[in-house]
Amino acid sequence: MEDLVVVGNGMAGVACLEQILKHAPKFRVTVFGDETHVNYNRIMLSSVLAGERTADDITINPLEWYQQNGITLRLGVRITDVGPKHRTVTGDDGSATHYDKLLLATGSQPLIPPIEGIDKENVLTFRNLNDTRALVARAGKGVRAVVIGGGLLGLEAARGLQLRGCDVTVVHLVETLMNMQLDGTGGLYLQRKMEQMGVRVLTERSTTKLLGNGRVEGVCFKDGAELEADLVVVAAGIRPNVELGRKAGLTVNRGIVVNDYMETSSPRVFAVGECVEHNGQIYGLVAPLLEQGKVLAATITGNRGPVFQGWTPAAKLKIMGVDVFSAGEFQESAGIEAVRYEDPAMGVYKKLLLRGNRLAGVVLVGDASDSNRYMDWLRNDADLLMRRRNLLFPEPEQDRGASVAEVADSETVCGCMGVSKGAIIHAIHEKGIRTLAQLKECTRASTGCGSCTSVCEQILKAVAPDFEEETKKVLCKCVPFPQENLREIIRSQKLKSVQQVLEIYGNGTGCEVCKPALSYLVDVVWCGDHEEDRSARFINDRVHANIQNDGTFSVVPRIRGGVTSPGELRRIADVAEKYRVKMVKITGSQRIDLLGVQKSDLPKIWADLGMPSGQAYTKGVRMVKTCVGTEFCRFGVQDAISTGIELEKRLENLYTPHKTKMAVTGCPRNCSEATVKDIGLVGQEGSWQVVVGGAAGKHVRKADLLITVKTNEEALEAAMLFFQYYREHANYLERTYDFVERVGIEKIRKETVYATPPQKRDLLRRLRKSKALSRDAWLEREAPVHPTQFVQIQPMEVIQ
Amino acid sequence: MNWIRVTSTENIPLREGRAVRIGDQEIAVFNLGDRFVACHNACPHRGGPLADGIVSGTSVVCPLHAYRVCLESGKVTKPDLCVRVDTYPVRVEDGVVMIAMPEEQEKAA
Repeated sequence: MEDLVVVGNGMAGVACLEQILKHAPKFRVTVFGDETHVNYNRIMLSSVLAGERTADDITINPLEWYQQNGITLRLGVRITDVGPKHRTVTGDDGSATHYDKLLLATGSQPLIPPIEGIDKENVLTFRNLNDTRALVARAGKGVRAVVIGGGLLGLEAARGLQLRGCDVTVVHLVETLMNMQLDGTGGLYLQRKMEQMGVRVLTERSTTKLLGNGRVEGVCFKDGAELEADLVVVAAGIRPNVELGRKAGLTVNRGIVVNDYMETSSPRVFAVGECVEHNGQIYGLVAPLLEQGKVLAATITGNRGPVFQGWTPAAKLKIMGVDVFSAGEFQESAGIEAVRYEDPAMGVYKKLLLRGNRLAGVVLVGDASDSNRYMDWLRNDADLLMRRRNLLFPEPEQDRGASVAEVADSETVCGCMGVSKGAIIHAIHEKGIRTLAQLKECTRASTGCGSCTSVCEQILKAVAPDFEEETKKVLCKCVPFPQENLREIIRSQKLKSVQQVLEIYGNGTGCEVCKPALSYLVDVVWCGDHEEDRSARFINDRVHANIQNDGTFSVVPRIRGGVTSPGELRRIADVAEKYRVKMVKITGSQRIDLLGVQKSDLPKIWADLGMPSGQAYTKGVRMVKTCVGTEFCRFGVQDAISTGIELEKRLENLYTPHKTKMAVTGCPRNCSEATVKDIGLVGQEGSWQVVVGGAAGKHVRKADLLITVKTNEEALEAAMLFFQYYREHANYLERTYDFVERVGIEKIRKETVYATPPQKRDLLRRLRKSKALSRDAWLEREAPVHPTQFVQIQPMEVIQ
Repeated sequence: MNWIRVTSTENIPLREGRAVRIGDQEIAVFNLGDRFVACHNACPHRGGPLADGIVSGTSVVCPLHAYRVCLESGKVTKPDLCVRVDTYPVRVEDGVVMIAMPEEQEKAA
């Protein structure tokens, strides 16, 4: 059995090893890694820095994988020398290991520019998991971070640090960002996006010196200007690790030189990944490195044949909400035609470079959803003559299986998880997969960076007999994302205000459709701990009353459970007379409506009433209607009144996706109509039925039974679980009856009343947090959010 | 044109409008962030109070039936109708919003 030693435990080396194992070779394998972590997905480090994933989330091969495959794993050992004569590698732990075949997958390291004082404390790079951990440890609110280098890594580091609360400035040597991949215009679009997110960008700055006594305190530029800094990240590029290649006597240029079979100049030594140079080109992307690994695996196991034919250079920025993609050429030159599209308001810039009728390069900023299509054109050198009218927009669909049919089964579709087209088709047939979600769960395809999602969908469409497209309705053209994505964006990108969402992910202005929806979403995602922006709310939610067709307002005080008192009724009557309200009306919700009130009278009326807001004007908790139950009714079997009042107290003052009406009834006769309410509690002899999703509006729907429970407290808890689940999962303006039908009551039961105790606890915890931060809106009569909230402005001078 | 000193800029919050009565005209004044604009405070559709609408860029959306009015031209843009509301020139001096009222209306008042 031959000894195979792999130096480097990164993505390229281990992916290659996986391919070697597929050839069932007779190797005793030892892997050396100078990091102490098992093999992980390096391209996801930026999402670890941003706090979107943990180190465990990005593990590719856990320890068990090495064990199962009989691989000796030596972590934390750096190989310092190669002795080709005796075929040994020497580790920094003093060990010497024999090899018959040696695989160098040493990757690359950060380029450290010659800057005075670069060895100061808190000057870090961003290359591996340890770097990431060090950055996380130092990042925090108020920390002033300077990132030197406005390339891919620098920008990802900047955004990650900013999400952790740092005050971040990117310093870039030349005029525009990502100048190795983008033209000037693209760089400026990108810069604007970064600035909108709150990252400061300084271009044309050459850093000459790092200041500070031991620990870094600032950076100094060539022009003498200085910038204070508590943390400096050097992201000025990378260079291949080629020292071992030299020591092994290999031909080395910028990288270790390999031929099409991935052979070096020595028959016993192989190399793969970022450390190799093929046809003068060094690759840093995952896809070409995986391809190299496959070719190398064939060669090293004696199945020499497959060749590596190079790859179109391409780059993709991994910052959520900042789509940047570049492939091939990106600058205009002689013989090149440029086709451009720009939308400054949406921050979208697209440029295709054509030579003859073939794509020579593409730059996408702000919308990279078509990157796969362009990548295909580049790789296949497609003749675009017949597609010239549809270069920037999708072609009318003809044979939607055609583009999928062009891809070979063996070709990798998902580069992050290493899933081939064949594996996906196999899963579709064997496991009966019909949706993208099922495919993700089964094969892990498109669960990494997500850039292959559209390809996966195309394969599903073409292969699955009953493919169900996940209908993704976007919120609004101002912020073209489905609401579930927006929730995720708001949460992971830590966006606390409507305006932030609009500026970073939308057109910056918003409209009457998306602003109230986003107001709801930031409120519910942060459980009320958001930056409230009343300008984004509908007038009803600015003045806490319902606007009527003549511009006056209606006032509905809270009368919990519909139970009032002579004193309250007297006060309501007095108020109605004092402010000459046009009509006093008993509502269908066991409440009293005072109609025709002037805006400027609202605070005074609320004060005179001395009652809380009934929220009759908003998408929020309306009321709990009750019958008299056991307190008076001959037939009552449950205490509807006190249970109803308690339910109202627990949920009042909260916003919901749409209005939420509730009822509690003391017996199955259902006098308070609980079975046609959003949430209903129906009293039975010795138990409660909790029902949800009822309607008696535009259409009538009998509520679904959520659960039957014994005690009042259990019934209240079930109602609260459903209530919070609805808040967190329904689309804005989706009533419970539509929500329950869309999601299905079985799934809702599983994720609320039948959820695990920790899941239930979390739902209730978030509900309690929201509740603790909520308050009676009518208290703004004493503390208005703005001095003129309820005021009609009087001009400072009168017209004579 | 008769420039009227109306109110301190602070009285009109960012991206909101406020109603003000000048003579016999009810006027809606908006704070668009980079400038202030003013128009007649009644939607041409059913007279809704435009000052209570949601501001969308340089337009306002009437709170009653979501008619959209361009605050620069006064034109109703959604639905696309050949209807306008009166707009008034606005300038800010020493932190005070000033609105220019036409002479006829001044006489009428």
